[in-house]
Amino acid sequence: MSVLSVNGLTVSFTTDGGTLTALRDVSFDIPDQRIVGVVGESGCGKSTLINAILGLLADNGRIDAGSVLFQNDRELTRLGDSDMRALRGQRISTVFQDPMGALNPVLSVGHQMINVQYRSGRSKAEKIARAVEMLRKVRIPDADTALSRYPHQFSGGMKQRIAIAMALMMEPALLIADEPTTALDATLEVATIELLKELQRDIGCSVLFISHHLGVIAELCDEVIVMYAGEVVERGTTRQVFNDPRHPYTFRLLDCDPARQHQRVRHLPTIPGEIPDLRRRPEGCIFAARCHRVHYACMRTPPVTEVGNGHAARCWLAGNPETVKVTA
Amino acid sequence: MSGAPVLEVDGVEVTFPVNRPLLRPFGRPHSIKGVAGVSFEVKRGETFALVGESGSGKTTLARAINGLQPVSAGSVTFEGQRIDGLGRAEMKLHRRRMAMMFQDPIGSLSPRQTVGELVTEAFRIHGSEGRDMRAETARLLSLVGLPLDFADRYPHQLSGGQARRVGVARAIAFNPVLVVADEPTAGLDVSVQGEVLNLLNDLRERLGLAMVIITHNLHVVRHVADRMAVMYLGRFVETGKTEAIFSEPSHPYTAALLSANPEPDPDKARDRISLPAEVPSLLARPSGCEFHTRCPWAREICRSTPPPASERAGRVLTCHFPLGPGEHPPERIGL
Ligand SMILES: Nc1ncnc2c1ncn2[C@@H]1O[C@H](COP(=O)(O)OP(=O)(O)O)[C@@H](O)[C@H]1O
Ligand SMILES: Nc1ncnc2c1ncn2[C@@H]1O[C@H](COP(=O)(O)OP(=O)(O)O)[C@@H](O)[C@H]1O
Ligand SMILES: [Mg+2]
Ligand SMILES: [Mg+2]
Repeated sequence: MSVLSVNGLTVSFTTDGGTLTALRDVSFDIPDQRIVGVVGESGCGKSTLINAILGLLADNGRIDAGSVLFQNDRELTRLGDSDMRALRGQRISTVFQDPMGALNPVLSVGHQMINVQYRSGRSKAEKIARAVEMLRKVRIPDADTALSRYPHQFSGGMKQRIAIAMALMMEPALLIADEPTTALDATLEVATIELLKELQRDIGCSVLFISHHLGVIAELCDEVIVMYAGEVVERGTTRQVFNDPRHPYTFRLLDCDPARQHQRVRHLPTIPGEIPDLRRRPEGCIFAARCHRVHYACMRTPPVTEVGNGHAARCWLAGNPETVKVTA
Repeated sequence: MSGAPVLEVDGVEVTFPVNRPLLRPFGRPHSIKGVAGVSFEVKRGETFALVGESGSGKTTLARAINGLQPVSAGSVTFEGQRIDGLGRAEMKLHRRRMAMMFQDPIGSLSPRQTVGELVTEAFRIHGSEGRDMRAETARLLSLVGLPLDFADRYPHQLSGGQARRVGVARAIAFNPVLVVADEPTAGLDVSVQGEVLNLLNDLRERLGLAMVIITHNLHVVRHVADRMAVMYLGRFVETGKTEAIFSEPSHPYTAALLSANPEPDPDKARDRISLPAEVPSLLARPSGCEFHTRCPWAREICRSTPPPASERAGRVLTCHFPLGPGEHPPERIGL
């Protein structure tokens, strides 16, 4: 069963310079109780994807085509504002890079943690106990007294952990997290994703986790979607994609991560060139202009080629891994 | 990498007053030490990296080197001359030879100036000495690998990597001997990060620069720095050759930082040293070894007695119980 099924999603923004297609024909599934990661560089459409799912696109944005099906029965692209809001408060919760988006600065943390349990049917005392339990789980020191403190009295890392705790206290079916650990130091980042994984297992929800940090994705996610210039270029289990990349972009992106180079290198790999102008999307393969394996076939848009169980890439050479890997 | 050091930092301290009484409960100090006594030197052609969690004092140290922040103790010697405590006018002369690249590249570029004006700004501040600005623009853009027609662009028309290149061009306008770069790749995508680091590396080689690179990304350090220092609460806890530190970290904090950087490899065994709790406040420095509150190996002496600095094979270390090769914590401790 899937919690969320995105099919052929295409989103554009009206801009002064013309129509900008930020997502083109995006399809993927989030299975029950799985953590699905979305990686890609800035501007590839990660936030647009989340906003489109949540019905939070900017005023100049619109969904041109495609569907977003929640738990096989609710079509989110056609849901009215109030139904969408209700769903966001109950079945889908969110965490963003800045935890203050989720925390009210003038209310105590306890007050807010009790409020989010409004649907639970618990007594006040039970809600307080549950809040303390969650604060302990996310390793907030002195959890009992922490309830009476205000957000500004916590460090950035603690605020983000409290925001995660609150998002999960709603016991959602799906947690959507957009770069929640990007602003944290590495030491806190890994600790926070370990916690997130633990809580996800406890609660049994699915997670859509957005990050540009390949190491974090490898560590946390069961499955991964690689995006480039608004398109899904590759998807599969994290192992499939990281150990056996079939799209040249995935291969090059992994190659660029200095963490993958165990020997000191004098020249770090890069991907020369720029993302194409999304107002004038080129014909054919979206990565062609920067690809080391570009050839005549790439003038036409490649099909999504299934190369293994659930592993697919949008490249003419996807079935031929040795060709993908040769660096020019 | 020979001869006298370009930069010598000796016992430098930077103090900030704490003047908000609410933040200073009874018995707390009147000031905090953002940098609490650090020493190192950098030679021509050498890259020295400063790493540590946020708040460890990296930026403050960089500003102290550059004279933007007065030092309260110790000395900074640049090309053989003491420069700490110099006045603005005297410092100005040194600043031409000592370039500083700040953290936020687009934010530090004035939005109303063209790239051409930005890269030659230093000449307008420090004197152009009859230079031909168009020729200088061409020289600097070509040094950082930007096409000449970029001279007419404005900062908002640049990508993150291009903005960083403009920052580098500005920094090297006066043929500096030292470049201090504070998080030169923060916020950049991995595909572009390498570009900026390669550029800095090329320039270091071609121009014989000495470099101080500040970063929190340890994977980057491994590839760019000859030597490195790990900072904690304003002090160096471990200093040495980068390769040696990577292959055998001796200070538990270094080991924890190294293990906290997830590698993009789903099959990698996670043998992680998690650091409990968070960085202590500078207002209440821990007793003994200041790292003991987070150290999985801490013993009684660590809580009571500050460890002396010890030196072994070019490695300087402050720890009572340095780690041996491949040593792991007695038990895993979570956040
Ligand atoms: N409201 C908007 N108006 C116009 N363009 C937009 C808007 N929001 C996003 N975009 C554009 O859509 C593309 C994808 O952006 P975004 O989803 O924010 O990427 P990411 O989160 O991966 O960095 C970018 O080219 C961005 O400039
Ligand atoms: N101008 C200032 N006044 C008071 N405290 C400061 C000032 N600048 C930095 N600090 C403090 O000094 C410490 C080191 O900060 P900083 O050098 O910015 O660290 P890093 O660059 O390693 O993140 C921090 O605790 C910071 O809050
Ligand atoms: Mg985004
Ligand atoms: Mg800093």
